Amino acid sequence: MNATASVNAFLVRLGALTRKEFRQLWRDNSNILIGIVLPIILILLFGYAISLDVKHAPIALVMDDDSPLARDVLSGLHGEYLSPRPVPSMREAERLLRNREVDGIVRLPANFAEQLAAGSAQVQLVLYGTDPTSATAIRGYVSSALNLWVLRNSDRGGPAPGVFADSTSTGRVEVLDRLWFNAANSSMWYLVPGLVVIIMTLVGAFMTALVMAREWERGTLESLFVTPVHRTEILLSKIIPYFLVGMIGFFLCLLAARFLFRVPLYGSLAVLLLTSMLYLIVSLALGLVLSALTKKQFLASQLALFATFLPAVMLSGFLFDLRCVPPLVRYVGQILPATYYMELIRTLFLAGNIWPLILKNNCVLLGYAVLFLILAYAGTPKRLFR
Amino acid sequence: MKELAIQARDVHKSFRIKESGRIVRAVDGVTLDVPTGMISALVGPDGAGKTTLLRMICGLTSPESGTLAVLGTDTAAHPQAVQDRISYMPQRFGLYEDLTVRENMELYADLHCVPRERREQRNARLLAMMDLDRFTERLAGRLSGGMKQKLGLACTLVRPPDLLLLDEPTAGVDPLSRRELWSILRQLEKEESLTVLVSTAYLDEAALCKQVFIMHEGQLIAQGTPDELASLAAGRCFDVTLPPGMAARTVQAALLDDTATVADAVPAGGLVHCMLRRNADAGALHARFGLTAHPVPPTLEDGFMLLLRERQKEAAQAHGPAEEDGRAAVQGTLPGSPARGSGAPGSTAFSRHVGASVQDGQQAAPADNAAGATDGAAGDVVIEVRDLVKRFGSFTAVDSTSFCVRRGEIFGLLGPNGAGKTTTFRMLCGLLPATSGLLRVAGNDLRTARAQARANIGYVAQKFSLYGTLTVEENLQFFGGIYNLHGRRLRERIATVRRQFDLREENGLPCNAMPGGFRQRLAMAAGLLHEPQILFLDEPTSGIDALARRAFWRQITELAAGSTTIIITTHFMEEAEYCDRMVIQDAGKILALGTPGDVRRQAGPDVNSMEEAFIRIVERHRAARAGAEQ
Repeated sequence: MNATASVNAFLVRLGALTRKEFRQLWRDNSNILIGIVLPIILILLFGYAISLDVKHAPIALVMDDDSPLARDVLSGLHGEYLSPRPVPSMREAERLLRNREVDGIVRLPANFAEQLAAGSAQVQLVLYGTDPTSATAIRGYVSSALNLWVLRNSDRGGPAPGVFADSTSTGRVEVLDRLWFNAANSSMWYLVPGLVVIIMTLVGAFMTALVMAREWERGTLESLFVTPVHRTEILLSKIIPYFLVGMIGFFLCLLAARFLFRVPLYGSLAVLLLTSMLYLIVSLALGLVLSALTKKQFLASQLALFATFLPAVMLSGFLFDLRCVPPLVRYVGQILPATYYMELIRTLFLAGNIWPLILKNNCVLLGYAVLFLILAYAGTPKRLFR
Repeated sequence: MKELAIQARDVHKSFRIKESGRIVRAVDGVTLDVPTGMISALVGPDGAGKTTLLRMICGLTSPESGTLAVLGTDTAAHPQAVQDRISYMPQRFGLYEDLTVRENMELYADLHCVPRERREQRNARLLAMMDLDRFTERLAGRLSGGMKQKLGLACTLVRPPDLLLLDEPTAGVDPLSRRELWSILRQLEKEESLTVLVSTAYLDEAALCKQVFIMHEGQLIAQGTPDELASLAAGRCFDVTLPPGMAARTVQAALLDDTATVADAVPAGGLVHCMLRRNADAGALHARFGLTAHPVPPTLEDGFMLLLRERQKEAAQAHGPAEEDGRAAVQGTLPGSPARGSGAPGSTAFSRHVGASVQDGQQAAPADNAAGATDGAAGDVVIEVRDLVKRFGSFTAVDSTSFCVRRGEIFGLLGPNGAGKTTTFRMLCGLLPATSGLLRVAGNDLRTARAQARANIGYVAQKFSLYGTLTVEENLQFFGGIYNLHGRRLRERIATVRRQFDLREENGLPCNAMPGGFRQRLAMAAGLLHEPQILFLDEPTSGIDALARRAFWRQITELAAGSTTIIITTHFMEEAEYCDRMVIQDAGKILALGTPGDVRRQAGPDVNSMEEAFIRIVERHRAARAGAEQ
């Protein structure tokens, strides 16, 4: 057979298999559910419902000193971040805290005005500590609100005493803070690009592992094998449709990020696109490897969940910064392809084209893609094992 | 010299069973030559190594040793070269259930790069031949078993293959669909001189082939034309006439138990077809049982059974006499000889314990084949079904069905795929509520007293529903537990059923590691632990070999003699001969009800086999329905 004829035959067979795969994809609603509906749900969930920001945190105010001066000091607590709620007694405030109707208690002692006049006043802050992140945030908010009062007061020429426990300085040093790469201080900016990673992992690994294992399980591969078909064609026909589904998920996230949540894109769109395609191939190939290993739908889907999706959520830096976790967890995180893609995509969205990082991480991803493709090829011989 | 399709020389392949660590020699030194231009059959019981051999021929797995040339090519070295030329239909047909009939065929046509212009014509012809041309847009998953099987075959024929391999294409398919498939295959053999190797558990199918290969435990034990193999039993086959008022299975059981004279016996067409041992004489049957036997030409099945029995005997000798002792001790005489019959129809006077010598002549057991089908006239009725209807949405699965089953009867439910027999069966067991109609089981109305009714029944499901990771003892303890047996009573019952079903050895292995026949016995034992009055068996003999099936029916005969009522479904029509009475259902309606003899007579005057009777009755009904619709 000459070369043209064999290329033609290859294309005919690949076309037939891919068409078949698309038909199955379209007829099985669960695929559409995982590929399209789930990304939309995740976007809405992470975009609106789940937030790592502390905003409008309820706190109780116990004003044992009800002087105008005390009221003035506490006026700074009102705003976007805290929702103060005056209560008559400390007992009542504690009850609210125990029921978690408030996240903290700010208490001014009875002689607050006198203390302030004497140059050093104390305010008691009690926090609900089970969630350290929000507790720390509330402490920060209260502390900065009080400091602001001190600064304003000294501007008005009044006494500038240290009000708060940790504000011992009496000098006029003003901290002007700026949050780089997330100027709006919004976890949405942080989470939505990360969602792209989660969705690409899910669609890539989970769906291909499932559909390939299904062919093993239902015995359809057995009759497919006894045809002129080559395993490259079988593998490619699994990759192509789910690559497209994965890219639809990617564009859904991209659109949501840009236009729904107004996340800025500082890096290049082309680089983002290429990087994402590369990661999707890594993910698809990993799914094929898992199905080759298990050959059972149930096992393959469990493995895909536990070996790819969950680590991508927990260990890739999606929720927790990898620099702040124990070394062992960090090492595990560093094995995951998702971690490199997570770093890339956040950098591209929020920081811009940082070429050394782009090159390094893409090289790692390329290495994974080649490795998984080779493993998938080797793991899917046209053979049955018994 | 003609090219050989397949040439195997001393091919070996073994597997390790994960649960037990045992090595199974699936194919153990097979040497065979399959000729071109004709259909050859690969016959053997379940687990004989047929599938493994076929897979090696396809290049899906390689032999450990030996050589295997397919169409002149070494298949282990160049599997792709072989796969380009052959077609193969695996046991589950290999269809994509979420693609339509047309899409499935197009896929395979594309994979074989069949040119467009040739494809149209061939696909149209294949679809017409398979009678699928009205269903091209239907999803393969929505086809009936028989239609799936034909579509699977069509997909293998999108281009004329140089060799077609079919792995048990008719497993689990009803007799009508089987017959249809074989007529298609023989047409292709004639028109395209197609080379086919088909594996099957049905000997009547093998008898249609030019060449037959018989496999057993990984080895090729015989080969030849069907006539050559049948002639192995030449001069040893007899049809035994039944004494009046005696059930065929009763005579068959007594004959089988006389292992010194009789090699095999099976009820057939109102007689008992019997094969004698090598040096036995038909006169012995008369002398011992008072039975008249006349010689008949041997069938392929006789030859096959003979080979299997010889193997079994060799194995028994190799393993010591332990396996045979149960059988050898049984030396019965035919009880209640007809001359002394009491006259009352339905009292066959057959001992409850077949093996024991029968002193007391009479016993009121209603197991009577020839007593006529007058519903519930004799014996007490344990199952009463009247105007039973089951609808699923707008589809009527079972349509105003009525019948009665008496105590100690063996009652068969037969019908093609989708006839409604599984639905009827499930309603009888209380697994499915009826839409309307009366359903009384063991005196309890299933609508109001389902739990009481269930306590009286045992149920053995198609796939045996055993816990594969539990041992024999653990399974029995579990099933005893769910039927409220405990303590000493449970221990006694377990000991009894173990004896009864030959489950004595406890090797601590999970029952997944045991062969199919063993699991089937265990499932029966589990279903009988609580001594139910009625035993429901759903296709209990699918996938077990002919010898195990004989042993199974021997057990059933004994249970019925002990006045347990048996309701059974089966795809093997010849097994209907064991039933006292039976119904044939199609499209939810009862087409025939009565003794096997009644059903044969209803089918036509010249009908001898149950299978023929079944096909005639169903076809006649379908033709009448089609006529009524037009």
